[in-house]
Amino acid sequence: MPDKRVRSSANELKFRDPSQARALAERLADLCAEVGREPISLMHVCGTHEQAIAKYGLRTILPKSLDLIMGPGCPVCVTDMPEVDEAVVLAEDGALIATYGDMLRVPGTAKSLADAQAEGARVEVVYSAAQAVDLARSTQQEVVFFASGFETTAVATAAVALQDDLPPNFSILSAHKYVPPAMEIVAQIPATRVEGFVAAGHAATITGWGIFEPFVERYQIPVVVAGFEPLDILAALVRLVELIRDGTPAVSNMYPRCVTREGNRVALEQMWKVFRTAGGRWRGIADVPDGNLRLRPEFGHLDARLKFDIDMQRLWQLAPSALAERCICGAIMSGLASPSDCELFGKECDPENPVGACMVSSEGTCKIWYQYGGRPDL
Amino acid sequence: MCLGVPGRVLEVEGLVATVDFWGLRRQVRLDVVDEPVRPGDYVLNHVGFAIRRIPAEEIQETLSLYEELLRAGESDMMAADVRGEIEASSESAAGGEADA
Repeated sequence: MPDKRVRSSANELKFRDPSQARALAERLADLCAEVGREPISLMHVCGTHEQAIAKYGLRTILPKSLDLIMGPGCPVCVTDMPEVDEAVVLAEDGALIATYGDMLRVPGTAKSLADAQAEGARVEVVYSAAQAVDLARSTQQEVVFFASGFETTAVATAAVALQDDLPPNFSILSAHKYVPPAMEIVAQIPATRVEGFVAAGHAATITGWGIFEPFVERYQIPVVVAGFEPLDILAALVRLVELIRDGTPAVSNMYPRCVTREGNRVALEQMWKVFRTAGGRWRGIADVPDGNLRLRPEFGHLDARLKFDIDMQRLWQLAPSALAERCICGAIMSGLASPSDCELFGKECDPENPVGACMVSSEGTCKIWYQYGGRPDL
Repeated sequence: MCLGVPGRVLEVEGLVATVDFWGLRRQVRLDVVDEPVRPGDYVLNHVGFAIRRIPAEEIQETLSLYEELLRAGESDMMAADVRGEIEASSESAAGGEADA
């Protein structure tokens, strides 16, 4: 089957300041030479970072000894099949599911929300938790907001949960994930050998960069908070390799215009008032202790898991897709493989017919590599 | 779903701000922003909520990436995510009293 990839703007080296980009790339090459071993594996944990890296072809100017990989940075991708199954069952049982667009085609055990919709269930795409509340106000039907996303997005769900005039037919099915514990899990996978992390700028806007200090202390791995411009990312890589070369693991904030040490206290206070952490599976990766955000008991009246009896057994009796068993999304999100290592990539699996969640979301490594190209052949 | 988008505050009424995103006027909620917001300020918005007031001296630096992205074609994934974020700031945010 021919490779159908359309690289709309692949590898176009377009920087606002090309000379600064070149200087940073040269500095990076010097630093890697000073470290003197390879590969030096750096991991970022943000779909938007991967978009920028792929769109601007950053890997083409990285030293060969530097391996820049995307870890579990796509909240939609790490949403586990049983969480999708819960939403599918609620939709089939007559609730209106309101959710972010990327969630629609994420495969559950037997079907996605898009499949349920095609069979007659009501599933509406919203851009904001507030729009889900508007939907509930406009109907008598039960409206369940299937909420996904990292802490950046969880704070919006929390703010909505704290409103005191919510309609009684509104509830929340939380699939929110909390990033810091997942970094610990990935740091402990021996084969990944991550020597430094690039932390996501806008998640850190909420949590603050101070949250990474215990991690650095425990694992002796440096963390650099980065913005989303190609130059921001290059500068963060330079800083990370400096910290590796000097053997001085620390947290470094390279995105001070949006990130402070303590983060957004107002948002954090609301988030922890509404949510608690809970262990649970991140799809394809591992059980992540404290990696999920679930509603606290005080918000039980808004918790779809308490409000409804969700019987997923009927889905689990259906056979999963045979293709899904060949999907390596989990290995990709753990940093152990690239989309180009997958035999389905660009063939049986593409954005039109995604097999795994990484090909569904605009933050998924596979979909990003499909659109922009990934690791260029040099 | 992790990329916030900056916009300029035109009006504030209670917990709802009217924000200009490159000519599009939208409603953004101020429930979780950590600093007082006034007309003329720039805020970083995510899924319909302002999550940070951007310091005045940093605004141009912050805007330039988005301006370049928005010049990209309809099919570009990052540009689509930015447009999606602007859509999240709905014309009639829940609980908003201000005019759309």
